Amino acid sequence: MAEPLLSLSGVHTHIGQYHILHGVDLVVPEGELTMLLGRNGAGKTTTLRTVMGLWRASAGVIKFAGRDITALPTPDIARLGIAYVPETMGIFSQLTVRENMLLASGPAGLNAARLDVVFALFPVLKQKWHDAAGGLSGGQKQMLAISRAMAEERRLMIVDEPTKGLAPAVIEHLIGGFQTLKQSRTTVLLVEQNFHMARSLGDGVAVMDGGTVIHAGAMAALAADEALQERLLGLSLAEHQ
Amino acid sequence: MRKDIAPLLAVPVLALIALPFMSLSTWITLTLAGAAMGMMLFLMASGLTLIFGLMDVLNFAHGAFITLGAYLAVSVLGPLSGWVTADSAALNLMALGAALLAGAIASGMAGLVFEAVIVRRVYGAHLQQILITVGGMIVAQQLVVAVWGAQPLLVSKPAVLRGSFVFIGASVETYRVAAVVVGLVIWGAMHVSLNRTRIGLLVRAGVENREMVEALGYRIQRLFIGVFIAGSALAGVGGVMWAVYQELITPEIGQSMTILVFIVVIIGGLGSVTGCFLGAILVGLATNYVGFLAPKLALGSNIALMVAVLLWRPRGLLPVAKA
Repeated sequence: MAEPLLSLSGVHTHIGQYHILHGVDLVVPEGELTMLLGRNGAGKTTTLRTVMGLWRASAGVIKFAGRDITALPTPDIARLGIAYVPETMGIFSQLTVRENMLLASGPAGLNAARLDVVFALFPVLKQKWHDAAGGLSGGQKQMLAISRAMAEERRLMIVDEPTKGLAPAVIEHLIGGFQTLKQSRTTVLLVEQNFHMARSLGDGVAVMDGGTVIHAGAMAALAADEALQERLLGLSLAEHQ
Repeated sequence: MRKDIAPLLAVPVLALIALPFMSLSTWITLTLAGAAMGMMLFLMASGLTLIFGLMDVLNFAHGAFITLGAYLAVSVLGPLSGWVTADSAALNLMALGAALLAGAIASGMAGLVFEAVIVRRVYGAHLQQILITVGGMIVAQQLVVAVWGAQPLLVSKPAVLRGSFVFIGASVETYRVAAVVVGLVIWGAMHVSLNRTRIGLLVRAGVENREMVEALGYRIQRLFIGVFIAGSALAGVGGVMWAVYQELITPEIGQSMTILVFIVVIIGGLGSVTGCFLGAILVGLATNYVGFLAPKLALGSNIALMVAVLLWRPRGLLPVAKA
């Protein structure tokens, strides 16, 4: 296994009076796509938000590229080279597609080479370049959210349920996008409920339940073991072809 | 997304509704008076709408910056009385420019201190914000009394802006035209800043989704401080313009405008500068038309206008979609 780019050790998170994460241990190897699976309410989104500093870890250590980022403010974490695509996509609906991309770009402005990659992946964004992002369809917004994460070179992309509520054809399109990212050896931590997507993309997998990671290993091993799938997720991947 | 033009039509519609009830010359006089009042209200309210939109802060002390601007007008125009009364338009306007600059700088600096000492401690807590900023307003008002005294003070209007002229048979006050010009220039500058600069882009994005702006690597706290200073400075400029228009000020000048400023912000849609601009002109027009047609109803006209707008658009004319 490659060296971990991101690691969480014994991370606890409280939101108000609620204790959500109960000692999460998670490793995301560099250059791989790691799936984070689990039922609703297992703590997946909280884990991602805790990594980004949007919710503070009450205990434990989060390291990125060997550096302790547990107490860093969110902007400083992002500036280390982590792109975050939240479950809600975080699109600025009153800004144009171009302005959304511009915000994710460095001080030098839009990176033409990376824009070419984005337009090759999602040509519709080129057509909608000067349109308000609020007028995009759900799938187009998700494409924009992922493209925004690709606007500059990042060391890690954290993506929360990109296929939620999308049509199957759009999901296939997104899978194509993530496969291109994998080929470029971009490190990705991807939360997903769509098991077809998880199996086709994941190198590694971690399964969460009750605010902890209950399984970690290779995606291929989990995909091949229906009994393990039943035990960890309550259903098998074969049922979701 | 289709451009929503209905709110833009509200201003001409209101003006046309009033036209049959008065002569053309009266209508021109009142419309320009309403537009001038609207521009001054816009100056006072635009900072508040940005502060609320970006920072989610209900600043009931915003009127203190208006008061400070008004008293800076006295303190600058008084010593410059030679320029104010000179038979030279350039000197007259330089005196007003100096007062506007002093009002903007003093209120901006006061905003910087107010954000650091009071507002920063209550981000995210609306009830505490209301209590502490109302308290801040009272303290600021007493500080004004301590420095300038409680008695009303006269404000000298620059000679070139005194009096009126006749336009299509209507009497038009020169100062009102100047207020419209200053308001339009500042609105234009804000429009360009918000739509053509990276900082403006960040402010617009931050109004919609602060958390995502931070997740993109921007330290929004710095943006907060900048917007608070700019918003306070704008209130100071509005205070100077309002004081020169009124020609007599008291320490309650800002507090008395606070309700009107909040009405403007609510009508416009929280966080929207263009909505605030439209809301301010609507309030200015309604105040002048109703004040002429039914003076006894003038006090309630702005509340009625707000109710009517909110029945039509419950989130204001041009609300900003917040994540």
